[in-house]
Amino acid sequence: MSGNILEVSDLRVDYGGIQALRGVSLAVPEGQVVALIGANGAGKTTTLRALSKMLRPTTGTVRFLGEDVTRLQSHQLVARGMAHAPEGRGIFLNLTVRENLELGAYLRRDRAGIAADADKNYALFPILAERRDQVSGTLSGGEQQMLAVARALMSRPKLLLLDEPSLGLAPQVVQRIFQVLREVSESGVSLLLVEQNAHKALQLAHRAYVLETGNIFMTGTGQELLASPEVRKAYLGE
Amino acid sequence: MTEFLQHLVNGLSVGTIYALVALGYTMVYGVLKLINFAHGDVYMVGAFAGYYLSDLVGVRPPWADPPPGAGETFVKATIVTMGSMIICGLLGYLIERFAYRPLRHQARLTALITAIGVSFLLEFGFQLSPLVRSPIEFPPGPSPRVFPALLARDGYEVLGVNLSNYDIIGLLVALGLMLGLQWIVYRTRFGTAMRAVSFDSQVAGLMGIPVNRIISWTFVLGSALAAAAGIINAVSRPRIEPLFGLMAGLKAFVAAVLGGIGSVPGAMVGGLVLGLAEEYVAGYTDSSYRDAIAFTVLILVLLVRPAGLFGRLTVEKV
Ligand SMILES: Nc1ncnc2c1ncn2[C@@H]1O[C@H](COP(=O)(O)OP(=O)(O)OP(=O)(O)O)[C@@H](O)[C@H]1O
Ligand SMILES: [Mg+2]
Repeated sequence: MSGNILEVSDLRVDYGGIQALRGVSLAVPEGQVVALIGANGAGKTTTLRALSKMLRPTTGTVRFLGEDVTRLQSHQLVARGMAHAPEGRGIFLNLTVRENLELGAYLRRDRAGIAADADKNYALFPILAERRDQVSGTLSGGEQQMLAVARALMSRPKLLLLDEPSLGLAPQVVQRIFQVLREVSESGVSLLLVEQNAHKALQLAHRAYVLETGNIFMTGTGQELLASPEVRKAYLGE
Repeated sequence: MTEFLQHLVNGLSVGTIYALVALGYTMVYGVLKLINFAHGDVYMVGAFAGYYLSDLVGVRPPWADPPPGAGETFVKATIVTMGSMIICGLLGYLIERFAYRPLRHQARLTALITAIGVSFLLEFGFQLSPLVRSPIEFPPGPSPRVFPALLARDGYEVLGVNLSNYDIIGLLVALGLMLGLQWIVYRTRFGTAMRAVSFDSQVAGLMGIPVNRIISWTFVLGSALAAAAGIINAVSRPRIEPLFGLMAGLKAFVAAVLGGIGSVPGAMVGGLVLGLAEEYVAGYTDSSYRDAIAFTVLILVLLVRPAGLFGRLTVEKV
C-alpha cells in the first residue's frame, strides 16, 4: 500500500449524456483530511456518490485499502470500512432517531460497542439524546444534519465521506461539527470532506482539491489553497 | 342480530384472506414501488401447491376407513401448509430475481408490464394440459379441481350463528401470521432494514444493508403469506382453478390501497374492512353486488383519501 487509503483514477460519470465527471483522479492519504471544494454543480456530490456506489461510474478505477473496489456495491464498501454521509442528509424520516443510529451500525455485531458509540454520539449531540425515540421526520433540518454525521460514525469507518456536513447549521453547531470532525480525524479516521464552507474545510484539511465542471482544477495542501489568490477569489469570497 | 353476527363471521373469514394477500402487495410496493400484479397468481399457486402436497403426503379424507387420527391430521395439514409456503416463497424469489431485478433501473412502466406478463404466464401456464403425469399431473389444466379436506369440518351453532372449526382455525392462523409479520417488520433488524430500504434504498446501501437480499426476502415473505391464504381459503372453499387468483388478487390490491399502500398495518386493516364491507353489503342488499364493492371502495378511496387509511403523513423536511 502506498500510504493512501483511497486512490481514484480517471473517474468519469455520465448522467444520460451529460458528463458530470470528466476524469477525476485523487487520493486520500491514510489518516488525513482531504477537502473537495468547488462551485455549485462542479461534481462534488457526484464524486462522493460514485465512490460509495450510489451511482455507477462510466469508467475509472477506485482502490480502497489497496484493493480494487471498482466493482463492489455500497454495502460491500461499508463492510470494508467506508461510510458516506450523503448530500441531503439521507435520514430515514420514517424511523426513530435511535433506529437511524442503529442502522449506521448495521454490519456490526458487538452490541456493547454499538451502545457505547451511540452514547458517545448522544454526548456529542445532546439534542439527539432528547429526541432518541422520536420519529426523525419531526427533527429540524439542523438536527437531521447532526444525526447524519452521528449515524455515519456508527459504523466505525476507516474512511468517512462527508457531503456538506455543516449545511444549514447555526454557527455554534458548525463549530461543534468541525470540532467533532477534528476529533474523528485525530482518532485515525481518514476524511474526504465536501464543503461549501471552504474556509473552514481548508483549515481542517491536510490536502485539498478544487473541482471545476467535472475536472480537478487545482490541488495542494490546505494552507496552499488558503493562500492561493484564485481560490481566495473564487471560493472564499474575497 | 343473528344475521349481523353471521355476516361478521363470514366477513372476517374472507377479510383475513384479503389481508394476508394484501400484505404481499404492500411490502413489495414498499421496497420496490412496484405493484406486483403476479401476486394474486402466487396465491393461486399456493392453493395448487397445497393440492399437490396433499396428494404426495397422502392426506386421507375424514370419511376414509379408518379415519385419520388427530395427530396424523395435524402433522399432514402442517406439512401441506408449510410446504406450500416454502414453494411459493421460492416462486416469489425467482419472480423477483429473474423477472424484476434485471429491469430495476428501467422505467417504472417496464416492470409493471413485466408483472402483468408474469401473471399471464402463471395463469395460462397452469391451464396447459398436463406435461407431467407422475407423481403429479402438472400443469393442472383449466378445469376446476377440488382441494382435499385437510381436516374434518366441525360445525357449531353459537347464538344462532353458524361457525365451523375451519373459520376458527383459519382466523387464528391468519392472525398468528399477521402478528408474526408485524413483529418481524417492527421489532427485528431485518424489519428495520426493510423499512429503511422502502424509505430510500440507496441510502440503505450506505448503511451496509444488502439491499438486494432484503428485497428478495420481502418477496419470499409476501409470497409465503399468499400461499397460507391460498390454503386457508381452499380449505373452506375447495374449488380451485388457475384463474381464481385474479379476482382475489385484485381485491387484495384494493385492500392494500384502502389501508395505504406501503403500510403493513394498513394492509391488515384494509383487508378486514373490505371483507366485512363486502359481506354486509352483499348480505343486506343483493349478493350480486359483492364483487362491485371492492371497486366502489377503490374509487372512493382514490377520490377521498388517496393515501389510504394508514397512508404516510408527509413530514419531509427539505
Ligand atoms: N441525477 C442527475 N441527473 C442529471 N444530471 C445531474 C444529476 N445529478 C447531478 N447532475 C448534474 O451533474 C452536475 C454535478 O452535480 P453535483 O450534484 O455533483 O454538483 P455539486 O458539486 O455537488 O454541487 P452543489 O455544490 O450544488 O451540491 C451538475 O451539473 C448537475 O446538474
Ligand atoms: Mg453537492
